[in-house]
Amino acid sequence: MTDTTNISLPEGPVIKGKLSRDDLIMRGGMIVIALYLIVTMVMPLYAMLSKSFSTYKFELSQYELQISDEEGVFSGDVTTPAKLNAALNVLSDSDLSTGSDGRMGLTQFFPDFSFRSPVMYRIRNVSDTGRFLVGSNLHTGTEWTELDSNTFRRVQMRPEKSRGISNFVNYFSTPALFNSIKNSLWIAVVSTIVTVSLAFWFAYALNRSCMRFKGVFRLVAMAPILVPSLLPGIALVYLFGNQGMINGLLFGASIYGPIGIVIGSVFFTFPHAFIIISTALAISDARLYEAAVSLRASPWRTFWTVTIPGARYGLISAAFVVFNLVITDFGLPKVIGGQFNVLAVDIYKQVIGQQNFEMGAVVSVVLVIPAILAFAIDRLVQSKQVALLSARSVPFHPTPNPKTDRIFLIYCTLVAFFIVGMLAVCQFAALIKFWPYDLSFSLNNYDFSRMDGGGWTAYFNSIRLALFTAVIGTCVIFFGAYLVEKSNGFTTGRTLFQMFAMLPMAIPGMVLGLAYIFFFNNPSNPLNPLYGTMAILVICTVTHFYTVSHLTAVTALKQMDREFESVSASLKQPTLKLFSRVTVPVCLPAVLDISIYLFVNAMTTVSAVVFLYSPKTALASVAVLNMDDAGDIAPAAAMGMMIFYTNAGARIIHLIISRGILRRTQAWRSR
Amino acid sequence: MTEVTADAPIYLSIDNLWKAFGTFLALKDVSLDINEGQFVCFLGPSGCGKTTLLRAIAGLDLQTKGTILQGDSNVSNLPPSERDFGIVFQSYALFPNLTIEKNIAFGLENAGRSKSDITARVTELLELVGLPDQGDKYPAQLSGGQQQRIALARAIATNPGLLLLDEPLSALDAKVRVHLRHEIKELQRKLGVTTVMVTHDQEEALSMADRIVVMNHGVIEQVGTPTEIYRFPSNLFVASFIGEMNQIDATAGKSSRVKIGGSELQCLEHEFNPGDNVFAAIRPEDIIPHGQGARSPGAPDVIETPENTFEMRVEEMEFLGSFWRCRLQHESFGDNELTADFSINAVRRLSLEQGRSIVVELPPGRLMVFSKPEKVQ
Repeated sequence: MTDTTNISLPEGPVIKGKLSRDDLIMRGGMIVIALYLIVTMVMPLYAMLSKSFSTYKFELSQYELQISDEEGVFSGDVTTPAKLNAALNVLSDSDLSTGSDGRMGLTQFFPDFSFRSPVMYRIRNVSDTGRFLVGSNLHTGTEWTELDSNTFRRVQMRPEKSRGISNFVNYFSTPALFNSIKNSLWIAVVSTIVTVSLAFWFAYALNRSCMRFKGVFRLVAMAPILVPSLLPGIALVYLFGNQGMINGLLFGASIYGPIGIVIGSVFFTFPHAFIIISTALAISDARLYEAAVSLRASPWRTFWTVTIPGARYGLISAAFVVFNLVITDFGLPKVIGGQFNVLAVDIYKQVIGQQNFEMGAVVSVVLVIPAILAFAIDRLVQSKQVALLSARSVPFHPTPNPKTDRIFLIYCTLVAFFIVGMLAVCQFAALIKFWPYDLSFSLNNYDFSRMDGGGWTAYFNSIRLALFTAVIGTCVIFFGAYLVEKSNGFTTGRTLFQMFAMLPMAIPGMVLGLAYIFFFNNPSNPLNPLYGTMAILVICTVTHFYTVSHLTAVTALKQMDREFESVSASLKQPTLKLFSRVTVPVCLPAVLDISIYLFVNAMTTVSAVVFLYSPKTALASVAVLNMDDAGDIAPAAAMGMMIFYTNAGARIIHLIISRGILRRTQAWRSR
Repeated sequence: MTEVTADAPIYLSIDNLWKAFGTFLALKDVSLDINEGQFVCFLGPSGCGKTTLLRAIAGLDLQTKGTILQGDSNVSNLPPSERDFGIVFQSYALFPNLTIEKNIAFGLENAGRSKSDITARVTELLELVGLPDQGDKYPAQLSGGQQQRIALARAIATNPGLLLLDEPLSALDAKVRVHLRHEIKELQRKLGVTTVMVTHDQEEALSMADRIVVMNHGVIEQVGTPTEIYRFPSNLFVASFIGEMNQIDATAGKSSRVKIGGSELQCLEHEFNPGDNVFAAIRPEDIIPHGQGARSPGAPDVIETPENTFEMRVEEMEFLGSFWRCRLQHESFGDNELTADFSINAVRRLSLEQGRSIVVELPPGRLMVFSKPEKVQ
């Protein structure tokens, strides 16, 4: 026998493998896609983070001024705006804080200023860092600039930038702002509890009872995924708004606020919770139930000792997904939130309303924290879920029970009525001439060109965006997943890539959109020309929805025999040939799933793109928002329903194409 | 260690190979030469490093240290695509969406061959593996054994200099496995391709290999022909891993003597010093039964070495179809029972049954002596 303990590796260099052409191509490809993720996500986020720590302030002692007499002769003392302000007390200290784009005129320091006066003014920076504008010309040097009074009123100071946490201090000392944290958490928690409870019983009925019409219920449950999250808000306005159809049911409470946000959130997060819980319930093991019956456990006890523990990871995961969706959603609280401020809307208000980009960045950072936490816990829980599956599990088959089956049927009908009802209200509203005064049917609301928001062009832009996102996104994401899953060695690179690919899911859309402004709208960025184009919308959407697609691709790729690449290499065939002839055809179902996922989300997304569209690239989902904002609620509902029909149509086409392609190319699947 | 002297030149030469996974050493200073045209089996328990060695030869997982020469070139650090081999995996790894024909043709494309040339080669290969009419089926439509033959056809399509088989038969039914063993061996002989097969199934290795490389804990324990490995295992691990082996506490005597209990026996030559604690070892089927009492009347056989005989009690008999497995006991063996396989004829002739005594002979030419392992693994 050989002694195995004290043998150790001899000294000397370790064999370094020579890279094949395929290795180089795959690593190169991986680096390109990793760079894509860095440029479209990591760098914008960094820009945003650094923005949140940037403060801008007008430094009044930075400038020196001198005023001439009526003849234009400079004889008086040289002064500074700081001295003038100290004397006149025009501005308080907080007035001097500003944003990166801040500008401030100087005439306010001269109470008797008149632009017709013959008095001349001289101004200069004290140091090289000082900056002021005359009109649109920037002056940086320390030499004097002489101006007549008509020009002097066009002089504007530019703020000095410094780093610090004063933005955060500012944020937390403004109750109107930080109250939003409480509000956001509150509605997210309530919506999560309601949605998960509703979805659990719905999924339970579909998986564990013998009620009828399961197929229909499954279809209805998925419908909310096809519309923007703000559509239920519009339906709620019609139902419970000030002139709502059934606003009496609220007994005087207002739908504008937490009630509306929660009801709408339940609507749009329902399918997400339903899918996750349904999957968890579907994998339960019949043997456990047989054991419970043989031990004479009551159904109630069986439910708590077998069903709930079996589905607990699904429930936890669903809860965090819903929580994340609600807390990061922007469209719904914008439409129905009224005076009830939440974080996502605050970002929008700070940026679009007040042009305070730094504060927008601060709110974004605040919003990212719960989002990342929820995301991390969800990932942890999902990785445990897999371990529950055992190859020897016996699938559970429910037995009919007329009484409970009827109860479940009634319950599911109510939930389905809620979902269909919301959509029906929107459709009804879209077809009515003028609620509630003229109830005749008309198609006027579809004449989008008469409203704000971009008209029919926006709709077709959205379709273009969805198609581009689906095609480009699927290619990039699937290829990236293939490279990271099937290449050899390069472990560090692959781990990093996996991390980059998981990150987008934790980043709320609003935050990503704002980060894009900071990064791409910077004139010194060579990618600046992308700003305001369709391209940046496609890039942003692909990045925003990268993670789920990446995971779908990885799951499909993991099911492929890992020796395919070895065989192909031994046959001296390029890996890309294997990729196109075997990997893609075998993974086609997953590829099609990714593309429809990207299409539907590109059609409905509002949060990221709301910061990035330009007049030429207005989008349907944003148009819904803007029309609603402008009071054109009926056209907003009409546009929302157009998105719904488009997505439903896309799903049907996707189904037909998948069936067709699968029948032709996947003949091998059947024996 | 007994080396096979083959006339063929050395085709694959492995020198001082090491492989580390973190701190775990999967291969420890492994050296091995493989002659051209030979069928070599890497045999050993799981985790012994045999698959690691095969993957190093293929370039799929590079060794940490050491060189591999194939033909005239040093392939130590080359990627798989720049080496010359065909490979068959346990999972077959057939491309599920390509027909059998296209699977086989996969490696023939992009090599300057004409379409008709490729078709002809595919037809030839399909005939070679005995599946001439299955070309347009998909892998899932074939049985496991058929799929494995297609995988083999695909691997040899480009006439590689080296054929690597990674446990190719272990996913198959017992019957198919035995049948396919024969076919693969036949095919290899016909093609004359140097072949390395990894297996944990000793029967497979014994029946197919020209040479067997027995591995354990990342080192090669013995290299030899199947009969050498079986008849003259170089240590206790090889002796007990391949086939059955009785291990009897014993003391070494002079060069070809060994003491068991009170008696000194003749055995194969060994290099131990007299008095060393050793194991005497003999295979169950090598124990010869004689009638009760030496030279009992009617016994057809003659005892050649009377000092190697014992009178033993049959403790237990187990019928295993073609033979009986008997547990024998004798006071000089202490706790060690002796397991012996007796033919059905012998059992009938000697009318053996449980509880009876029997004289057995341990032929000196089959009685081996091994050092005791320092600690039991």
